Amino acid sequence: MAGVERRFLLTVPSSTENLVLIREFVTTVGQQAGLEEADVGRLELAVDEACANVMEHAYGHDDTQEVVVRATFDHETLHIVVEDTGLGFDPGAVPEEHLEHLIASRKSGGLGMRLIKSVMDEVRYEFVPGHKNELHMLKRIRRP
Amino acid sequence: MTSSFKIETSLHDKLSVIALEGHVDAHTAPRFEEVVVAELAAGRRQIIVDCTRMTYISSAGLGVFMSYVEEIREQGGDLKICGAIPKVQSTFEILGFPEVFDILPDLEAAVRRFRDVPVRED
Repeated sequence: MAGVERRFLLTVPSSTENLVLIREFVTTVGQQAGLEEADVGRLELAVDEACANVMEHAYGHDDTQEVVVRATFDHETLHIVVEDTGLGFDPGAVPEEHLEHLIASRKSGGLGMRLIKSVMDEVRYEFVPGHKNELHMLKRIRRP
Repeated sequence: MTSSFKIETSLHDKLSVIALEGHVDAHTAPRFEEVVVAELAAGRRQIIVDCTRMTYISSAGLGVFMSYVEEIREQGGDLKICGAIPKVQSTFEILGFPEVFDILPDLEAAVRRFRDVPVRED
């Protein structure tokens, strides 16, 4: 990253009712970082999907747990990290199936990760068993 | 703070219309699914989901469309989508929804589409 970094942190209980709060947080950060409006919407979607995955899969709907969203940006890039201490689950390991095949088999699994990969420039998953899991997502800031 | 979300059902020329308002995410999508299930239980197989007032959708909401469309089509009906704002349309397009679903600009167009093509065939 180049230039002065700005850092933001949001910690919320692991309940899906807080997804709206998370979306408002990343929308504000994305606007401050200078993302175009369409990219702010894509960022909102990616972070929502990542946090919903944590709430539903890593924590199994246990709302006594916490989801942490860290955001850092400079002039060129916005870096988001979604952290949890739940069950290590590599969303990147979910195979990508064609939409029509998912529909035919009445499945919708893996859609969230597909959306994240589609709208972010880089996606990387790190986990330390028994410690914490981190989904790193990077968005390059396009300047006019 | 809770997600802004409302859902209304109505009949329009004998077609079932489910109008979604606000954010359809992992928190609110179960309510959308409940309504789809109720429509099916009531024997309705021609369903339009009106997204005119829907401002956001994530995979949880998209999954509802995907989970029921096959069953509906097998029974001679269809699930058509209308009124998506550009942000929502963009999410549909990322996942390839236009290749699978009839997505119309507004309710009137969706009603006409049901008259012309009751079940989408690819």
